[in-house]
Amino acid sequence: MANLSRVLFNLVLATAILFGLIKILSKAFDFVARYISSIDKKTKRFINIGIALMVAIWPIVFINQPYVLRTSIIVLLYIVLALSLNIVLGFAGQLSIGHSAFYAIGAYVTALLTVNFQISFWIALPTSALIAALFGLLLGIPTLRLKGDYLAITTIGFGEILRLVLINWTNLTRGPAGIPGIPFPKIFGFMINTNLRYYYLILVLVMFTIFVSYRLLNSRLGRGLIAVRDDEIAAEAMGIKSTYLKILAFVLGAAFAGIAGSFFATYIHYVNPDNFNYMESVLILCMVVLGGVGSIPGVILGATVLTIIPEALRDIATYRYAIYGILLILMMIIRPQGMLSMASLKGGAKSENSGNKKRNKGLRGLSGS
Amino acid sequence: MFMEQLSNGIALGSIYALTAIGFTMVYGIIRLINFVHGDIYMMGAFFALTGLTVLGLPLIPSFLLGMIGASIVGVLLAKFAYSPVFKAPRINLLLCAIGAAIFLENFAMLVWGPETQSFPTLIENKTYSIFGFKATTLQLIILGVSIALVLILTYIVKYTKLGRAMRCTSQDMEAAKLMGINTNRVVYFTFMIGSSLGAAAGVLVGMYYKAAYPMMGFTAGLKAFVSAVIGGIGNIPGAMLGGLIMGVSESLGAAYISSGYRDAIAFIILIFILLVKPSGILGKSVKEKV
Repeated sequence: MANLSRVLFNLVLATAILFGLIKILSKAFDFVARYISSIDKKTKRFINIGIALMVAIWPIVFINQPYVLRTSIIVLLYIVLALSLNIVLGFAGQLSIGHSAFYAIGAYVTALLTVNFQISFWIALPTSALIAALFGLLLGIPTLRLKGDYLAITTIGFGEILRLVLINWTNLTRGPAGIPGIPFPKIFGFMINTNLRYYYLILVLVMFTIFVSYRLLNSRLGRGLIAVRDDEIAAEAMGIKSTYLKILAFVLGAAFAGIAGSFFATYIHYVNPDNFNYMESVLILCMVVLGGVGSIPGVILGATVLTIIPEALRDIATYRYAIYGILLILMMIIRPQGMLSMASLKGGAKSENSGNKKRNKGLRGLSGS
Repeated sequence: MFMEQLSNGIALGSIYALTAIGFTMVYGIIRLINFVHGDIYMMGAFFALTGLTVLGLPLIPSFLLGMIGASIVGVLLAKFAYSPVFKAPRINLLLCAIGAAIFLENFAMLVWGPETQSFPTLIENKTYSIFGFKATTLQLIILGVSIALVLILTYIVKYTKLGRAMRCTSQDMEAAKLMGINTNRVVYFTFMIGSSLGAAAGVLVGMYYKAAYPMMGFTAGLKAFVSAVIGGIGNIPGAMLGGLIMGVSESLGAAYISSGYRDAIAFIILIFILLVKPSGILGKSVKEKV
């Protein structure tokens, strides 16, 4: 019972701290978003180039600190994963909680191809994406005709089935022992074998993912997806094939998760079924929700924060997932649209439930002219 | 062999049915896939275990302690985690539920430890055989308790004032409000009943397998959902039927196909049902209104 009171005390403390943090951070991010939406294009480009330069120089500055490099690589990996879920959840509005299944497929396909058949990583990478996409299609066709609730459970179920297959199909996957010895990727005799080189490899993949996300968001398909997310019936009335678009988003998300999995396999050189459990999916989901569902800068922010925080808080590692749970609930109550939401980035917090209501009223008064 | 598996399946199925009823009731009232339900079931098992081992209570008071404790947890969650987002879009409520589920799992892990805890043996397990149909004492108890609880529930839903209020609320919450029903109270009451049924199932499972561990609710919650969908979500007899179908097919599948894929069978059934009859066996298909 002493244990119980200590745990309760710690959790209440964590809740209070999180509550305060979310309140303060939402103000800060509202301010930042307002600032960003008010600056002109030139400055914006300037800031973007600055960020890109910083990201490019980052590993050279920390070249002698493998821990920092490793953490940065993991951050970038999760950015790819979170953005891939964002295509499904943020753009199409379909809640998929089995995203780590596609991540697992990507990792296992790469592992099997490179270890068993000595196929080059550069062929394994697109193959992984393709196979993950194929599974996305297979899962999407029966489930996406239905409403979101069913999809959530079916995707969890799919993740569990996949994990069971990975554990039980010992001839192929070696079961719980996993597949060790995945080789370094090589390109024209240039071996990617240091953290620095891996950093640039994943950076390229992140750039690719961000590029595709932005292009998708601004394309006809992306507009269609957002229409489906906002109101499916209205979208269908406007002549949008909602099922087709939802499946497309699902397949794209699966493909990017497959790419992330493929990178994970070559980077860690070892895959086993425990790397891809339910909590992994929830973690990715938390990243998207924390940053702001649908907003690309927000998702990047969420992935970065949720990968760095556990590293910084190693001492309370046992409380980590309990705190994630509280975080999800508090975010949904206090700031359901996420830290850097799409609406706030597009020019001010006009939505009624963002941040402080009183100040919003003032804002609405100002912008109402 | 077949008969043994069948009686295993029926015992398992009645546990699934109990879990699924709680699940389906909550869905019927607020249209929420209650991810927490599986963890309420786990909390029930742990509360009863605490009652048995730490407090040294006899079986029936510990059983009741499990049910009451878990229903308090359920109502607290409904009050503090769900009710602030009732009016928000569905996806927020769902994410809130997922957050609450993760929280409860890890809370149990922090309080009781992550390892599997053994349930003390309280009832001597004998095997009875009637017409080649073999059943153990525990299986009979599970069946008996489930039937009794379902009968009580049916009485509450059909013949009491609160039950009538529940049925009204599940048909149309706004109209129920206009008719002077305190829908908030109905929602909490539903959570209370659903949670206590889930907890009862948890305690029975703990007794049946003689084990309780923090992640036991995860697959159980998912299977409760599958059972509810099979029978038609929001429909109480459907949930019972679905639970029985699940239990029997699972133990037969584990015996004749492969025991490694035991947990996968539920999801294969789910995908099949979604393809063939998404509204479930006893469910009515509802056209979506704008």
